[in-house]
Amino acid sequence: MRKPLSCMSVALALVLAGCGGGNNSADTGSTGNSAPSNAPATGPSGMLNVKGSDTMVNLTQAWAETYMTQHPGAQISVTGGGSGTGIAALQNHTTDIAMASRDIKSSEKEQIEKSGGSLQDFTVARDALTVGVNPANPVKNLTFAQLSDIYTGKTTDWGQVGGQPGKIVALSREKSSGTHVFFLEHVVRMGNSKGTEEFAPTVLMLPSSQAVVDEIAKNPNAIGYYGLGYHKPEKLKAVEVAAKAGDKFVAPSEATVLDGSYPISRPLHLYTGKQPEGLALAFIEYCAGAEGQKLVVEQGFVPVSKDASAAGTAK
Amino acid sequence: MAIEAIPTIKVSRVRQHGRHFSDRFMSAFIHVNAFLVVLSVVLIFAFLIKESMPFFQKRTLQSFLFGSSWYPLEPSDTFGALPLIAGTLLTTAIAVLFALPFGVLCAVYMSELAPARIKNTLKSTVEILAGIPSVVIGFIGMTILAPLLQERLHLMTGLTALTGGVLLGFMALPTIISIAEDALHAVPQDYRRASLALGGTRLQTVWKSTVPAASRGIIAALMLGIGRAIGETMTVLMVTGNAATVPTKLLAPVADNSLFQSIRTLTATIAAEMGETAQYSLHYHSLFALGVVLFVITLIVNSIADLALNRKRHASS
Repeated sequence: MRKPLSCMSVALALVLAGCGGGNNSADTGSTGNSAPSNAPATGPSGMLNVKGSDTMVNLTQAWAETYMTQHPGAQISVTGGGSGTGIAALQNHTTDIAMASRDIKSSEKEQIEKSGGSLQDFTVARDALTVGVNPANPVKNLTFAQLSDIYTGKTTDWGQVGGQPGKIVALSREKSSGTHVFFLEHVVRMGNSKGTEEFAPTVLMLPSSQAVVDEIAKNPNAIGYYGLGYHKPEKLKAVEVAAKAGDKFVAPSEATVLDGSYPISRPLHLYTGKQPEGLALAFIEYCAGAEGQKLVVEQGFVPVSKDASAAGTAK
Repeated sequence: MAIEAIPTIKVSRVRQHGRHFSDRFMSAFIHVNAFLVVLSVVLIFAFLIKESMPFFQKRTLQSFLFGSSWYPLEPSDTFGALPLIAGTLLTTAIAVLFALPFGVLCAVYMSELAPARIKNTLKSTVEILAGIPSVVIGFIGMTILAPLLQERLHLMTGLTALTGGVLLGFMALPTIISIAEDALHAVPQDYRRASLALGGTRLQTVWKSTVPAASRGIIAALMLGIGRAIGETMTVLMVTGNAATVPTKLLAPVADNSLFQSIRTLTATIAAEMGETAQYSLHYHSLFALGVVLFVITLIVNSIADLALNRKRHASS
C-alpha cells in the first residue's frame, strides 16, 4: 500500500513543480519577447482576474481584449456570475477586481476591511436599467408604482396597465445579480430603504441578462429588466418609465442618463480590495480613460461623464 | 472447485507462495478502496450536517421543510424550502414518466429484437447521448423545446416544470437504457428457449419471461435514472424559470396547471445562490441545509430500490 501511495505523491509533486516552472518561464518569456519588439506598448505584465456583474461582463471582456492586444504581456480573465459573486470573490481573495452593477453593501465593505484590505471604488461607466417588453406589446410607459405592483404580484394582467388583456409573465434576474438587487431596492421598494416588498413567488428568475432578453423577444406576455447594453431595438421595446405618477415618462438612452432625467440609472463599478498597482491599476486607468470610454459607448452603455463621451466619439 | 484446487498446490509451492502474496496485496488494496468510498460518503454527509447546524439553531426544521416562501435575502430572511422540494420532486416525476417507458422499450428492442448491426449502432448512439454536457441540453431546451411547448400548448411561458422534466428524462435515458439492457442481456438463454418451447410467441417470451426475469435490474436502472434526474442542475436552472412557487394544481386545465408553470428546484437554488452569499451567513448555512434535504431524498430513493430488490430476491428464492 505504502509504495503506490508514495509513488503517486512523488508524481503529483513533479506535476505541480512542472506547472509552476512552466508558468514562470512563460512569464519571463513573454516579457522578454515583448520588450524589444513593441517597446512603446510595454506595460505591467502578468495575470489579472476580473469577476462579477453579468451586466458588465461583455463590456469588461471588450476592454480586456483590446487591452491585451495592445499589451501582449498582460493576461486578463473575465468571468461573470453576478455582482454578489464578484464581491464575495473579492472577500475570499479569489479575484483581483470585482465588477458590480450595484453599490457595495456596508456589511460587505466591513468584511473586506476586517481582513486587512481597504476597499477601492472606481466608477467606470453608467447604465440605464432598461425595462423591456415584446415589440408586440402596446404598453408604452409605466410608473414605478405600476412596475412594483407587477413584480409583487398585485397586477397580473396587461389590461390593468393599459395593454391588451392577457397574463403578465414577469421576468427577473437571480438573487446573485446586482441588477436584481438594484431593481428590488429602487423600483419594487420604490427607493424606500425600509421597504419589505419582495418579488412575488411567481416571478421567473433567469440566470443571465441574455436569458431575460431572449425570453422577452420570444414571449409577447413577458416583461423584464436588464442593462441598456443588452437592449436590441429590433427585438425588444424599452418602456418609458417615471418615478412618480405625475412625472414625465422618460426612455432610457445615453442622453437621458447623462442629463439625469432617466430615473433608474446607476453607476457601474470596479472594486478592488486594496490600492491597485501594476497591471490592475493600468487596466482600471485604461477603462476609465478615453479609449475605454469609447468602448463603453460601443457596448451600448453610458460613459462616466459628458466630456468622456465627447472625447470618446471624437476619437 | 475443491478437486481442481488440490493439484495446483502440488505443482509448485514457490509459485503458489508468490501468488498468495500478490493476492493478499490486491485484496488489501481493494478493501481500502471500497472503504475510502464509504468514508467519503460519510464525510460528505457529516460536512453537510455540520455546515447546516448553524441554520437549524436559528430556524426550526418544521418552518424550513413546510414553509412555502423562499426569500433568503435581508430583510425578509424567510427560508421555506417546500417550493424547492416540491419543484425537485415534480421535475423528477415527469422525467421518470417520460424516460421509463421509452428507456425500457429501447432496451428490450436492443437486447431481444434488434439485429446485431442495428444494436451496435444504437448502443454507441446511446453512449454519445450520455456524453452530451447538461449545459448543451439546457441550451437546446431553451431555444427549441421551450418555444415549441409555449406555442403548441398556448402557455404563458415555455420555461416550465414540464420542459425541465422532459429534458431530465432525456438525460436519464442513457442510464436507464444501458443498465436495463445489461439486465435483459444477463437473463439466461434457457429462459427464452423454455418459453419458446412451450409454444410462446416471441413477444410473449419477451413480456412474460425475459422482462420479469430482469425486473430487478430494470428497477435498479430506474433508480439510477431517478438519481441522475434529481441531482441534475444546469439544465433545470436554464429551462424551468426558477420561480419558487409550490406546484399544487396538477389536475387543473392547461392554463392553470402547475405542470405548465415555472418551478424552482433544490439544485438550481443552491447553484444560483451559493456564489453570492457571504460566507457563514444564515443564507449560506441554509443552502447546506438544502444540500442535506437533497442527500436525504437520494437516500430514500436508494433505500426504496434496495427494499424492492430484496423483496424480489426473497420471492424468487
